Amino acid sequence: MSNHCSGVRPENPYLPHPARIIRTLPQIPDHQLFQIRFEKEQMAESFTYRPGQFVMLSVIGTGEAPFSISSSPTRPGNIELCVRRIGHVTDALFRLRPNALVGVRGPYGNGFPIEKLEGNNLLLVAGGLGMAPLRSLLWYALDNRSKFNNVTLMYGAKNPDDMLFKYELLNLIDRADVKCLLTVDTDESGIWKAHVGVVTTLFGHAEIDPSNTYAAICGPEIMFKFVLNELLKRNFPKDRILMSLERNMQCGVGKCGHCMVGYKYTCLDGPIFTYWDAINLPEMI
Amino acid sequence: MRIVILPKENLAEFIGHLRSFGELHAPTKRGEKSLVFAPVSDLSEIELNYTRTILPLKKYFFKATDVMFNFCAEKGYELPVEEADKKYVIFGVHPCEIHGLKILDLVFGGKYVDTYYFARRSKVAIIGLDCIPDDLCFCRSTGTDFVDTGFDLFLSDIGDSYLVRVGTSLGDDMVRAADSLFRQVKKEDREAYKRNSVQRRDSFQAEIQLQDLPGIMDLEYESHVWEEVGEKCLSCGICSMVCPTCYCYSVFDELSLDGNTGQRKRIWDSCLFKDYALVAGGHNFRAQRSSRVKNRYFHKQRGFVSQYGRPSCVGCGRCKAYCPAGIDIVEVISKLRSEIRV
Repeated sequence: MSNHCSGVRPENPYLPHPARIIRTLPQIPDHQLFQIRFEKEQMAESFTYRPGQFVMLSVIGTGEAPFSISSSPTRPGNIELCVRRIGHVTDALFRLRPNALVGVRGPYGNGFPIEKLEGNNLLLVAGGLGMAPLRSLLWYALDNRSKFNNVTLMYGAKNPDDMLFKYELLNLIDRADVKCLLTVDTDESGIWKAHVGVVTTLFGHAEIDPSNTYAAICGPEIMFKFVLNELLKRNFPKDRILMSLERNMQCGVGKCGHCMVGYKYTCLDGPIFTYWDAINLPEMI
Repeated sequence: MRIVILPKENLAEFIGHLRSFGELHAPTKRGEKSLVFAPVSDLSEIELNYTRTILPLKKYFFKATDVMFNFCAEKGYELPVEEADKKYVIFGVHPCEIHGLKILDLVFGGKYVDTYYFARRSKVAIIGLDCIPDDLCFCRSTGTDFVDTGFDLFLSDIGDSYLVRVGTSLGDDMVRAADSLFRQVKKEDREAYKRNSVQRRDSFQAEIQLQDLPGIMDLEYESHVWEEVGEKCLSCGICSMVCPTCYCYSVFDELSLDGNTGQRKRIWDSCLFKDYALVAGGHNFRAQRSSRVKNRYFHKQRGFVSQYGRPSCVGCGRCKAYCPAGIDIVEVISKLRSEIRV
């Protein structure tokens, strides 16, 4: 068919690319870290992204859902998705074993504004599964350490058994180039050596200069409110508070409408929004 | 723009010519009062003096249910076999419909191009036709009662003839292929066109005031009007289905009985459906009906303006015509506006 040969046909943006589950690393109950690699070696090697971006992952025959990328682009090859078993796609995903075929497309979304963050202090505040997107930014900063000033992580979980990336993060406590503050709401085991209390209590353990710091927050809705309070108390500029949001997404590319907040698409204009955006967009937080 | 005259007695023959440019579709009667765009074979089946069809033209380009991919466990997702390269001519398309398509072009284009939509768009010729508004039409308010692009030909009734504007090279081919049926524009034709323009303008009964509406909507975000409308709304989503510019869809994988193969499909969705903003784990960002109604109005009249510089409403009146609860957009907007006068 001659007319099919002429001209460049636009790429179908919805086509999932074949990828394989390389490894599944159980984290805490119902949470696993999936290491995934594109089938096409060239794609696996060239695939890059910004911390805070997400991919659409397809479990063949079940469906597709958005997942923020937990790995850092400074470590190319495999991508890592930290997934909670919570819906029908993740249910099916948890039944898959290494080497299973999945579909991946992306990366999508704006990601963190790395160029703006560089040269500043970074304050990462995470609660629960909110660590998933922030881990990407954390390792990006640590792998490009000279580009950032002080890096502080505050991460809160319900209890020590509920902390994602626990050993990886505990190892950071001893590092001099990052302030890693970990807390749990309660510790019945009595062997937890880091902090106990909600994540906002960690603000008492860190010096934060709002004039040259960007804060990145991700966590449950209730946590947003309390952390925002702490930041605003310290006169944090509203456009230096970055938040990663979650919404229903069916396409990831600004067509299906589901992730619309006010007049922004979470998938195109987000998922990283500033607090200033949030004030101007009804029903964002 | 090239403009020619088609005497009405030549219309039937011209319609015959059009069929050589593709399968002919036009507004035709479905029920006693209802009309649809459907295949027609000659002029006798075409309703020339219609106001609105049940579904807008989007059904041709953005299908109610569409196969996106075939999948199988071993190979993953693959593009379905391309539809045959068949051409279509859609005759009798009103200006608001053409504006609706132009809005969908914006949405489905951009950074990521919806290949399904545009593949079909390129196969369809649009022959526009002007109309006289009924009591539900408010396209004059939305600035969509006239089009100067987005059609191959556009026919305006000037009494015993049609004034035909030629919009594209393909439209010009259509006219040239039936050259003897057309004649040059005369002074009387121009006068008749202008007379009709006034008559059409005077026929509008409904209007909404769009000027500064985004600002009013921000002011009235907490208005009790949303509660009132939410109380009436049945969340049936018919307003979305019949809307020329509603484009929301959801995606699902349909597994075959062999348990190994299947199709990924998309289906029209509505932001009024309860599960529209539901995320895995059970949190619903718009659990209240009033918040869903408000979101629909905000997206069309506020958000779209911010994104594309114009509202995504073309004033066709379908949402009111088909709402089982009788929700009237004109009334909702004027209620929002009048609140500040109290």
